Amino acid sequence: MAYDKFDVLTSSAVPLPIENVDTDQIIPARFLKATEREGFGDNLFRDWRYHPDNSPKEHFVLNNPIYSGKILIGGKNFGSGSSREHAAWAVYDYGFRCVVSSFFADIFRNNCLNVGVLPVQVSAAFLQQIFEAIEKDPKAEIKIDLPEQSITILATGAKETFDINPYKKDNMLNGFDDIDFLLNLEDDITAFNAQNPL
Amino acid sequence: MSKTLFDKVWDAHVIKKIENGPQVLFIDRHLVHEVTSPVAFLGLKNRGIKVRFPERTFATADHNTPTRNQHLPVADPLSANQLKMLEQNAAEHGIPYWGLGHEKNGIVHVIGPENGITVPGATIVCGDSHTSTHGAFGAIAFGIGTSEVEMVLATQCILQPKPKRMRINVHGKLNPGVTPKDVALYIISRLTTSGATGYFVEYAGEVFREMSMEGRMTVCNLSIEMGARGGMMSPDEKTFEYIKGREHTPKGEAWDTAMEYWDTLKTDDDAIFDKEVSFNGEDIEPMITYGTNPGMGVGITMGIPTADAVEGGAATYAKSLAYMDFQEGESMIGKPIDFVFLGSCTNGRIEDFRAFTGIVKGRKKADHVTAWLVPGSHKVEAAIREEGLLDILIEAGFELREPGCSACLAMNDDKIPAGKYAVSTSNRNFEGRQGPGARTLLASPLVAAAAAVTGKVTDPRELLELATA
Ligand code: SF4
Repeated sequence: MAYDKFDVLTSSAVPLPIENVDTDQIIPARFLKATEREGFGDNLFRDWRYHPDNSPKEHFVLNNPIYSGKILIGGKNFGSGSSREHAAWAVYDYGFRCVVSSFFADIFRNNCLNVGVLPVQVSAAFLQQIFEAIEKDPKAEIKIDLPEQSITILATGAKETFDINPYKKDNMLNGFDDIDFLLNLEDDITAFNAQNPL
Repeated sequence: MSKTLFDKVWDAHVIKKIENGPQVLFIDRHLVHEVTSPVAFLGLKNRGIKVRFPERTFATADHNTPTRNQHLPVADPLSANQLKMLEQNAAEHGIPYWGLGHEKNGIVHVIGPENGITVPGATIVCGDSHTSTHGAFGAIAFGIGTSEVEMVLATQCILQPKPKRMRINVHGKLNPGVTPKDVALYIISRLTTSGATGYFVEYAGEVFREMSMEGRMTVCNLSIEMGARGGMMSPDEKTFEYIKGREHTPKGEAWDTAMEYWDTLKTDDDAIFDKEVSFNGEDIEPMITYGTNPGMGVGITMGIPTADAVEGGAATYAKSLAYMDFQEGESMIGKPIDFVFLGSCTNGRIEDFRAFTGIVKGRKKADHVTAWLVPGSHKVEAAIREEGLLDILIEAGFELREPGCSACLAMNDDKIPAGKYAVSTSNRNFEGRQGPGARTLLASPLVAAAAAVTGKVTDPRELLELATA
């Protein structure tokens, strides 16, 4: 489904300095049965966020009002484990547009790119600097510039560039998932079909 | 530049190459069934769009349908609901739907070729991994997931990185009693279940050229079990003869135009494959699996191999044998069995029923064996009757069920009970595939027939000799 275009994003960020966050933590398997893409944001990090009786766990970062923003900063190897696309939906539906980490699991990275969440991979040292900046000031702003492929910690001016597949970058800038991209090839598809012998 | 058969068909369907990304491939034929399609149709609805080319889309009901009393309402609510949704979706989007009881109904990979949906040089996809079956006609055919089903419904295209090319040659001739299923199980046992991962396979050599179209379908069907994206063979006279005049094949001038393209569908002499392996047909004997993946197969007269001779390490091997309750080194011959399943898109075509009937003719089903004989389609069922096979089967104590996937994936009632042994002509012997705790021995229709009449694993060549003596 089409999502909001991604261009330049400046926002405070939510720190989650935990390594190997797997997709079972991001969205537990029991929430996968839904056939509609709805309500996944409520179940993001469900078992870290809520007690079994659905009361919030106070110490979890998403329940701490001093942290907010559209950027999630995760520890190394974010999104490992099962390939469920729902994990990326949950991150997007909650309101994050960008996840920063020093390493992403491949399938999770691809799923993110297809649903409108930009995975930004930075060096371990830069990731550390981000965590430190947020520790100093929970409202510290991070700027993600997709056209330029750069990430900047505004308070310190520290800046790094990141990689993204040009096809996926284009889609992000346009707010397209893979199907939107193909739908926009309508003329090519019609032309191909017209000369197709089969 | 020289090209392989695969390159020629692939390149003829590329609409766009994305730099450092996948390629946009046009899909000629899309086969749809009740289990993997509902969420994909829902996706279209959410986008507010329709199926782009309903005339390139074909729907059937097969995966979770009952194989008895198909004229009655389907009892299982989940399956009844999926059938209803497919019927509605097909009607809403103008897709031909061959539901339960329809004369063209059957397993998706059986009815495709039967009705001429499958043609050489086409790209064919379906939300089922054994879509590779259609490669027998020189088509590029592969299974896709639900989000890709939505993609193809919406755009008739798919985003795919181009796989690497692999050629598997089997030279020489097959010995009596050795069938296409044995050839495939033999190759998988040699290459392992990951031996072709990342590749698209072309099958070449005398053994495949000599095979009937049905046999070629059995081989291509099992490509996925060695990890391949798909498998295909060059079309030849047999292919054209098989498809000519079928409902959806090109006619008249369109046939001639298509033929110009089809005539080019051969691998060039000096084309290069990323990987190539060769085997000898004479080395193959009737095969049977002893473990819980299709790569764990042996010649029927050979014992269960020792742990050190098997892929996947000692732990997998031990777990697998424990599940089957078999011992290292044991002989397979003589092992008692409880069930026989003849059917599936691997071996549910008329030739398979002929082979099975050839062995059981004049014999009786073993009393303790439960046999499920499930034709791949109504057309196969009709042929079984017309050729007089049904009478022979009934005489031998068997009955025929109605078409569907049945015990291949046991989504319907056709489940092998826990702990029971089934000789099955289907394609997967995974733990629980044919029912929780079920123990599957994959084999050819001949081996299945020999097991059905003797009640144990038996070399079918012994019975064939009797039959010809
Ligand atoms: S018979 Fe088995 S493999 Fe073939 S389409 Fe049905 S479920 Fe899939």
